[in-house]
Amino acid sequence: MTDPNWIASALSAARPQAVAALLRYFRDLDAAEEAFQDACLRALKNWPKNGPPRDPAAWLIFVGRNSGIDQVRKRAKQAPLPEEDKLSDLEDAEADMAERLDGAHYRDDILRLLFTCCHPDLPATQQIALALRIVSGLSVKQIARAFLVGESAMEQRITRAKARIAAAGVPFETPGPVERSERLAAVAAMIYLVFNEGYSAASGEVEARAPLADEAIRLARLLLRLFQTEPEIMGLTALMLLQHARTPARFDANGEIVLLEDQDRSLWHAKMIAEGLALVDKALRHGKPGPYQVQAAIAALHARAAKAEDTDWQEIDLLYGLLEQMQPSPVITLNRAVAVSKVRGPEAALAMVEPLEERLAGYFHFHGLRGGLLMQLGRNAEAREAFDRAIALANTAAEAAHIRMHLDRLSGASGGKPASAAMH
Amino acid sequence: MLYAILCYASEDVVCAWSKEQDEKVMADLAVVQEKYARAGKLGPVARLLPTTAATTLKRAKGEQVVIDGPFAETKEQFLGFYTLECDHLDEAIEFARELSAVNPSGGSYEIRPVGRFNRTNIVA
Repeated sequence: MTDPNWIASALSAARPQAVAALLRYFRDLDAAEEAFQDACLRALKNWPKNGPPRDPAAWLIFVGRNSGIDQVRKRAKQAPLPEEDKLSDLEDAEADMAERLDGAHYRDDILRLLFTCCHPDLPATQQIALALRIVSGLSVKQIARAFLVGESAMEQRITRAKARIAAAGVPFETPGPVERSERLAAVAAMIYLVFNEGYSAASGEVEARAPLADEAIRLARLLLRLFQTEPEIMGLTALMLLQHARTPARFDANGEIVLLEDQDRSLWHAKMIAEGLALVDKALRHGKPGPYQVQAAIAALHARAAKAEDTDWQEIDLLYGLLEQMQPSPVITLNRAVAVSKVRGPEAALAMVEPLEERLAGYFHFHGLRGGLLMQLGRNAEAREAFDRAIALANTAAEAAHIRMHLDRLSGASGGKPASAAMH
Repeated sequence: MLYAILCYASEDVVCAWSKEQDEKVMADLAVVQEKYARAGKLGPVARLLPTTAATTLKRAKGEQVVIDGPFAETKEQFLGFYTLECDHLDEAIEFARELSAVNPSGGSYEIRPVGRFNRTNIVA
């Protein structure tokens, strides 16, 4: 099988593993990338002629490493290595590669590569850009498009990020168990950032940015294959799958946000939901709950409800309570208040929301939810005021339009449909 | 004779397909299946979710243990299967050839006679 599509998929599938191993050899991101590029060019020439290798990643690592060493030797004016084009596969070279096949080694390589991209000195946007460029292999142009900036600005951002990492130095020794789990947590957070960069896109941007959500899921699956028994990585993967599954129903024909409870659930992506639910079940069996698992469990309850009315809000209230304990945050309390409004009514929810005012005064969803609760309680003047503040803080035209709809209802009639959810 | 046609390929490669590529492959495979379905030869067909969603029950020292993921790490994973009623092996091989021709995953199809087959009414 040497058709160009297969070769492209094979190169892209092998990329994280190959770049990660090359990074270990050369201890320098640019050198690792250059060596990988070179190996890919050779693969494009060699594979159609000699057939694809049995293990594309091993081939690319071997060829990339030689070409990298070759570069070093050329610079040192020494004799180059013999051409490896004659190799159809790496039968003889495989002994060399034996250490690569050591599962733990390979795991730490990829974890190191991902971890390199989430160096704490890098701001979130640079972490994401770097991971997409280096691990996923997206072009600068594709990344620039996703971030809605020019290509040269993105090029600069990536160059700056790489310079910072080179200055900071990447630890190359094999991590101990504590360090490994810290790295894993940092990488999980970075992957979720990539996802949200795609998922939080406004309707007009979905086409350009949605691929980031797909890419994040791919990275999470990669990580999960390496750390098969980590319930939080299962939770993260499930969370993203369950949220992403709703994408086809999240915007209406006019590009306006459709709230979770109003979404046409038949448009949800059934296969992603099935995978997400399976992962939540697997994770919970470990009895080691963590924030991603709890959020995934909440998303799972939404996914399991065939109609919005079937949603188990009581359970969601409990899960948000658990999440509040794990990572106290006013935004989580705000989300919990949505569940509380369904279970115990708008008054109880409002009592929960009011104390958050100081910390969430600049947050669109705070005023949106507060307005909705006030409207349900018939306190229309206060509701209008809250909605006005929400509109002023709206991040997207669709968010503003959604609040305007409530304002129209307020002026049109009394009561109306309760506003809800920061969730959509 | 009923045959199971078991599809093995690298999950890394298949997961690297874009949504459009994946849909194109599925549509091409559906054309092949349709022909055999119309002839009344095609039985149940399944595409499995990624192995990361898998759980394995095995016995270790007489105890049953549930582990995450598939039992063995392999280069190619079991991704799905077809069942086909055939008059002879050549017909099953021909079906696999047609599937393979439109499947760019570079994987393989294992053609395995079915020994026992329970017909059920569950609708997935």
